[in-house]
Amino acid sequence: MSRDMMPHFELYQPDSLENALDLAKRLGRDGWIIAGGYDSLDWFKDRVKRPKALIDLGGIESLKGIRETPEGLEIGALTTLTEIERSPIVREKYGLLADAARRVASPQIRNAATLGGNLCQDARCWYYRYGVNCYRAGGNTCYADTPQGQNREHCLFGASRCVAVSPSDMGTAAVALDARMVVRNSSGERVIPAEEFFIGPAVDITRMTVLEPGDILTAVRFPAEWAGAKFYFEKVSDREAWDFALVSIASAMILENGVIRNVRMACGAVECVPRRLKVVEQTVTGSEPNEELAQLAGKTAVQGATPLNFNHFKIPLMENLVRRAIRAAA
Amino acid sequence: MAYKHIGKDFTPHDVVAKVTGQAKYAEDFRAEGMVFCRLLLSPMPHGRVRNIDASEALKMEGVLGILTADDVPAIPAPNAPILTKEPMFVGEPILAVAAVDETTAQDAIEKIKVDIEPLPFTIDPLQSLFPGGPNARSDGNVGNVGIELQTLKWTAADFARAGEGKLPMGKAVEEWSYGDLDAAFAKAKIVYDETFVTASNSHHSMEPRSCMAYWQNGKCFVHASLQSHTYTIPQIAQYLGIDPQDVVLIAEYCGGGFGSKGSAYPSMAIPALMSKKLGRPVMMRISRAEEYFIGSARNGFQGRIRIGFGADGKVLGVDLFIVQDNAANNGFWDFRGAGEAVSLVYTPTAMRFRAVPVYTNLPSRTAQRGPGQNQMACIVEPLLDRAARELGIDRVEIRLRNAPVTGSPVGGERRPVTSAYVREALEKGAARFNWREKLRENGKRDGSKVIGVAVGQAYHPAGFFGFDGLVRITPDGKLHIHTGVGNLGTFSHSATARIAAEVLKVDWENCIVERGDSRRHLPWNIGQFGSNTSYTMSRTNYVAAMDALTKLKEIAARELGGSPDDYDVDGSRVFQKSNPSRGLGYGEAAQRAIDLGGRYSGHELPQDIHPITRASASALAGTGLIGVAKDTLPGGATAAFAVAFAKVEVDLETGQHRILEFLTVGDCGRVIHPMGLATQLKGGSVQGFGLACLEHIVYDPQNGLPANVGLYQAKPPTYLDVPAEMQWDAVDKPDPTSPLGTKGIGEPPMGAAAAALLCAISQALGGHVFNRTPVLPDMIINVAAGRSQSHKPLQVHTQ
Repeated sequence: MSRDMMPHFELYQPDSLENALDLAKRLGRDGWIIAGGYDSLDWFKDRVKRPKALIDLGGIESLKGIRETPEGLEIGALTTLTEIERSPIVREKYGLLADAARRVASPQIRNAATLGGNLCQDARCWYYRYGVNCYRAGGNTCYADTPQGQNREHCLFGASRCVAVSPSDMGTAAVALDARMVVRNSSGERVIPAEEFFIGPAVDITRMTVLEPGDILTAVRFPAEWAGAKFYFEKVSDREAWDFALVSIASAMILENGVIRNVRMACGAVECVPRRLKVVEQTVTGSEPNEELAQLAGKTAVQGATPLNFNHFKIPLMENLVRRAIRAAA
Repeated sequence: MAYKHIGKDFTPHDVVAKVTGQAKYAEDFRAEGMVFCRLLLSPMPHGRVRNIDASEALKMEGVLGILTADDVPAIPAPNAPILTKEPMFVGEPILAVAAVDETTAQDAIEKIKVDIEPLPFTIDPLQSLFPGGPNARSDGNVGNVGIELQTLKWTAADFARAGEGKLPMGKAVEEWSYGDLDAAFAKAKIVYDETFVTASNSHHSMEPRSCMAYWQNGKCFVHASLQSHTYTIPQIAQYLGIDPQDVVLIAEYCGGGFGSKGSAYPSMAIPALMSKKLGRPVMMRISRAEEYFIGSARNGFQGRIRIGFGADGKVLGVDLFIVQDNAANNGFWDFRGAGEAVSLVYTPTAMRFRAVPVYTNLPSRTAQRGPGQNQMACIVEPLLDRAARELGIDRVEIRLRNAPVTGSPVGGERRPVTSAYVREALEKGAARFNWREKLRENGKRDGSKVIGVAVGQAYHPAGFFGFDGLVRITPDGKLHIHTGVGNLGTFSHSATARIAAEVLKVDWENCIVERGDSRRHLPWNIGQFGSNTSYTMSRTNYVAAMDALTKLKEIAARELGGSPDDYDVDGSRVFQKSNPSRGLGYGEAAQRAIDLGGRYSGHELPQDIHPITRASASALAGTGLIGVAKDTLPGGATAAFAVAFAKVEVDLETGQHRILEFLTVGDCGRVIHPMGLATQLKGGSVQGFGLACLEHIVYDPQNGLPANVGLYQAKPPTYLDVPAEMQWDAVDKPDPTSPLGTKGIGEPPMGAAAAALLCAISQALGGHVFNRTPVLPDMIINVAAGRSQSHKPLQVHTQ
């Protein structure tokens, strides 16, 4: 067993996206894209994941920054969470993003951790992180979903051999904001809705996003449709800092004459992907956000939740957070 | 009486070095030709090493050598070994490899083939006590210091009798009692019979236990992370198989220990033994994750308490049974602290205490701040509140009615405590916190948020006696205070040195605290643990300074005539009381002492001092006026207390809480150093918040794997989890057996804060008592939502 001692690897530090894409193509599965490093370095230190080469995106200026566009807002994947948290334009028009960024990890980590890194981070299931050979690691068992497995942090929905949850606070916010992920590889660019960007174990148990070797997430676009909407973000965790969500909620709501005209809601840490609450959205659209609606929305959100041995508290917690999102609009 | 130093703030000399980064910790040292070593850790919770094939590793360029259990002194079981052939927990060191750098050493470790035969294992003491249950050790399942290593199984009937969710109570291996328990319970108006679990939690020392060692001219130089100093030297010598006089220990700074570095620990022998084998200095840096394996943790309890209250709230009877999770090795005797704490803090008229410490396949335990006492504060304090509620008694009042006073007995031996000012602390705290007024807010609900207002209290012994003091006045007039106590980070090494300065009236600028390095010639002192320094070291520094004072007066009388009683001192001179112009400067007197020789210069020493003090004083002989003495002052069972008051907001929908207001009051005898005391009270409280509501060790019972081997997983409180402002105060009444009235305080603030927080949460939940620590958001959500908890009442190491 090895802990906290990185092996040697090759390190590439391209200064342009084109060079990075060339490297990503050439290295294929041997390459590992690294930004802030807060997901990657632990894997290397414990020698659980051992890429031959790293492609460090840190020197690519074009991947950084927050830009207003005619379609909305575009944030480079290498923008730090601190920059997002403090950006006046983000705070003014997409406050949900600032609120979510502010609850990620700790201030020190947010100074270096990036939007892209947060969105692309791997599962935080402690068994998987420990380095056991579980389904997600290519093995043939799940350690968490057993009669005695310690699965307090695991999923309520979408279990499929793996019961890990989405750890990304920015991902939950991105789904609620209908964000578009800009992905480049050597053959071109594709723009993927946030909801399709994240994938569960039923699609591919070994990864959390659609990204494949050679792909680089370059930016995230937030459509103008949700600019200035009524937002609600709340993350419940054991600690106020440096902790992952037990459950989180992100909602964007547009009200007209006291009635919900349009709404998107997503819940974090209840499924392997940020869980979009479509039925809740449909149920509350056209209604006044009052306590009765909040109760209905909460009940609707947890319909079909299947708890494991140590996480049934997530059902009332999720229900409560959905209620709070509706109440906040009242 | 007006003091020169006592009760006044000062800047301890190590503060500046720490905040400027100049302080050198163990891993900052380098030596000519130094190499690194890394550890191969057991991947499984229990096994027997059948074969080690290191041939591939040893062929690698840059690899210098290997150290296995065969190369190191055997440590008598059940103490933790240096390296093992029978790993008893995941992460136990099996061997070490040295190389030119750490990456090479780790690469080499990956090439070593270790064949381990898996053995039965358990992480649950009750599972081991069940007939036919697994033993964590191949040589037994029960034992501790003072309890023989043995195999003990309870009967199936013991378990069946207890019933679901109640602690079975089979044969105990330690037991004491006093008073008529049956009569006490018969008289009680309320009797609770509660089963409880307190989690084990890691020490989280910021500095991992890195160590560097080398040999020179027959001596072993050890740069280590320790909270104690001379106390550890005989232990280190034993690990290395050498004489204590051949150990040179450099441990000037310590990045936290909280009990886990109070004594020497086996892993620190590895670099020294590797260095001996290779003939080169060896550095072993321990990583954060490794610190969770070979570092340490608090002993967890599965327990049961029957507690009876009279109609007036008086605790009449207590029947306490503790099953302690020892982990793989002896751990600490938290269970004893638990029994003693209950006997003293609640002064029951009758009590029985029974305990079984059981080995499990978990990393070694050592004392953690308030070992046993603080677990019980978390469990009993909410029960006191429950009784107060049922009996209609104010919660401060019920504590006042049960509070110990000076002379109250502690433990089965019923030893009277030297001082106890719990009542004063409660009254002072209640007044300053505006208890009565704040109570009006208790239970107030605003949306999903409910206010809880509560008080908590805790105890720990506060000092020892019988150690040595050593001071020296040099011809330049300076007072050197030699202290071997160590540096846990509390600054009490210097605060207690000021006792000597007080006795000799020396300005602090003219004092030099000699510590942290054997080459500074340190006396035999107990370690810096057990909240003892402010008592123990005040006494040693007092007796040494008194010896120096006597010698100053004798030298003056010899020189200037008259008897020693005719003389007094002012901090720089010893002078004739009747004619103050006749006198000697301290420097002159020191020179006379050197000239006189004998006991004045340290060439003749008292018979009763420890060999380590004798060696140090001998080394200093002839360098000045030597004051040296063993503390033979009357002492007794000391006790420190803290009480805490908290106003907490609990969100019933999220299970989260926020501490809105907090006050802690210490009973630490006379205050020596207010700023140092404040850091102890507040720092201990923060750690208490973690104990109450965050920190716990999680293991998977199916494979013995640990879930939290990183700070983000083990979750000590962050800045945002504690109130921005915390208030503190002290009773400031002297302990009569301490020469200047001082006694310790380090440990109780943690238990008091934990108890206050747990009690406040309980208040916010309408009096719900969890009987479990830590209380996490999911547990609060489940109570608020009327759902059952995920864990079973006796389940341990759950998330």
